[in-house]
Amino acid sequence: MSAPTTTYRECCKQAIRAALLADPSVFLMGEDVGRYGGCYAVSKGLLDEFGPERIRDTPLSESAFVGAGIGAAIAGMRPIVEIMTVNFSLLALDQILNNAATIPHMSGGQFAIPLVIRMATGGGRQLAAQHSHSLEGWYAHIPGLRILAPATLEDARYMLAPALLDPNPVLIFEHIMLYNLEGLLDPAVTSVDIEHAAVRRPGRDVTLVTYGGSLPETLAAAEALAGEGIEAEVIDLRVLRPLDEATILGSVRRTRRCVIVDEGWRSGSLSAEIGMRIAEQAFYELDAPLRRVCSAEVPMPYAGHLERAALPNRERIAAAVRALLRPGS
Amino acid sequence: MGLFRMPSLGADMEAGTLVEWLVKPGDTVRRGQVVAVVETQKGAIEVECFEEGAVEELLLAPGQKVPVETPMARIRAPGEAPTPAAAAAPPPLAEPVAAPTEAPTVPKPTAPPPPPSLAAGAGPKVSPAARRRALELGVPLDRIHGTGPDGAITVADVEAAARGAAAEAPTPAPAPAGPASPTAEPARAAPRRGFDPAEMRKAIAAAMSRSKREIPHYYLASTVEMARPLAYLETVNRDRPPPERLLPAVLLLKATALALREVPELNGFWVEGGFRPGPGIHLGWAISLRGGGLVAPAIHDVDKRPLSELMAALRDLVQRARTGGLRSSELADATLTITSLGERGAEAVLPVIYPPQVAMVGFGAIVTRPWVDDEGGLVARPVVQVSLAADHRASDGHLGSRLLAAIDDHLQRPESP
Repeated sequence: MSAPTTTYRECCKQAIRAALLADPSVFLMGEDVGRYGGCYAVSKGLLDEFGPERIRDTPLSESAFVGAGIGAAIAGMRPIVEIMTVNFSLLALDQILNNAATIPHMSGGQFAIPLVIRMATGGGRQLAAQHSHSLEGWYAHIPGLRILAPATLEDARYMLAPALLDPNPVLIFEHIMLYNLEGLLDPAVTSVDIEHAAVRRPGRDVTLVTYGGSLPETLAAAEALAGEGIEAEVIDLRVLRPLDEATILGSVRRTRRCVIVDEGWRSGSLSAEIGMRIAEQAFYELDAPLRRVCSAEVPMPYAGHLERAALPNRERIAAAVRALLRPGS
Repeated sequence: MGLFRMPSLGADMEAGTLVEWLVKPGDTVRRGQVVAVVETQKGAIEVECFEEGAVEELLLAPGQKVPVETPMARIRAPGEAPTPAAAAAPPPLAEPVAAPTEAPTVPKPTAPPPPPSLAAGAGPKVSPAARRRALELGVPLDRIHGTGPDGAITVADVEAAARGAAAEAPTPAPAPAGPASPTAEPARAAPRRGFDPAEMRKAIAAAMSRSKREIPHYYLASTVEMARPLAYLETVNRDRPPPERLLPAVLLLKATALALREVPELNGFWVEGGFRPGPGIHLGWAISLRGGGLVAPAIHDVDKRPLSELMAALRDLVQRARTGGLRSSELADATLTITSLGERGAEAVLPVIYPPQVAMVGFGAIVTRPWVDDEGGLVARPVVQVSLAADHRASDGHLGSRLLAAIDDHLQRPESP
């Protein structure tokens, strides 16, 4: 008998379910999370199971319901707030930055904000420029927040619990292309940390640093490169803030080369930050210039072929690596 | 109009890679001038031109690998009119396979050179890790060929160069070349561009296999008393500063050359089923390299040159074998090769002939042994074993014996060569 496969979407749902079952102070709140079942169907069925007190549909006002979540967290609840996509979260940026990230500090630690905000991010489904951007790097800029980017079934399933236990606000970014990711949930894993990056594939020739929706493409590129004799190490950041520098630098010091794969734009980005930290702390170990594979610096196109051309993919990642290791080819 | 072609730098060479041009179109070249550096299995070799005139067109770009005899440049003879095409257009250089790290188009500054901090930016690209590794290994960066992005020098390039340099450092220069001494200076020597010890091993394997496959060797040996030659050296060296002192090697070299004058049948090549005499007495001197490998560059016209000059030539040759400045004519045209094992070597050697030469002379270490003198008394004397390997297709043992006797004879009269 083979174990049943599951999906990333189902893992997100089971994570929420488990949190609701484990702690009566946990509730889910957001646009269309109840009767509609969530715009990516993550919360489908939860309203029937847990009722409207704990699965709360909200008005179309990100600022209002994120602010309500902050207030509930200050009051002792453990809210999970869902924002449909990171693009809409900009309406709540004032709440997230000026309240959630700062109140614990401005109050001298008197107010904890054990709030979790989940949002979808990224492109690839032809949802055009107002629904397809990857802005998690902006949030990773903000002190006071912890930023998570689950890219595997296990992380989708188990990151939520420690996020809810964190007394500070935690943002979880779920890439829209990952929801249909299918596979076996490793039965040996029953919890994960929200501190460390993970080496998803070991290699000696080059370090590929990535996270979220770019992880499968990066792993595919590494697999293709292995066929050419290039052993790429793939690091899944998992936690975008605070960055796990030790894992990144440890790998780069071994491979001496690094390509950062980030679906965000490159200017002023998370990829720029990672590259700079490597330059600051591992400059003398480098044997090649740092390289990045990022999204084209355009508002994400609607047309499918243009959107594909704008996003990082396995071919561009592999080509960037070859240019470092086999410049003649 | 003459064509300058990829030279054959030994019977086993099939192709060479142009490393750099030392001339440009319009330059006047004379016979014997070093015009290019070519990388072969034996390392980077300075190649001389045998045309006279002006460089009209360079037909090859650095990085290109071509078979022996491929035209590399067009040379216009003095008085000849330039061809219209070449005069009208700049030389159509092929796209270089690997861009040279130096920028040859940058005009030479006439002002004093800028301070090092400014000049550093103009040099070859070097990765930070490679720069640090080069410092650790003591490898100078300016002659390393970079294989990284934009031709940058990487850690692997530095380590390859260090391995090459270690393999190339032979015995200390003044000693006669023999088995490598472990005290020879390590990787400090400037690495030869593109030198690959594995390639050299392949070249030696090919040449030696061909020798043993094709050449029916016969071997002869004699013991030569060295008291008189060594006494002569002591006298000559008494008034000389150490760098100018003569070493026993130079006497062995000179005596062999003079003996070959008397037995010219052993000085030359076996080609196309027959013996072809050498154009002069150009003696190859086997220089063994640390970490394996061997080169036998030639010293020209040994029979005609005084000992002091030969000593300087020998020192220069060993030095250049170490740093990669050997010239094409030195590698290609030895008419007979000598192997001298030096003072720490074995007592006797049975050489393997370097094709297409027809003979090789070997000298063991000079050692003190019992000797019966002219009066029949037993005395302790310095002696050396002289051996000959010769091609039985070209000569017979009787002739070989004459050569050994002649060498002995000339060694006993070092003052009147």
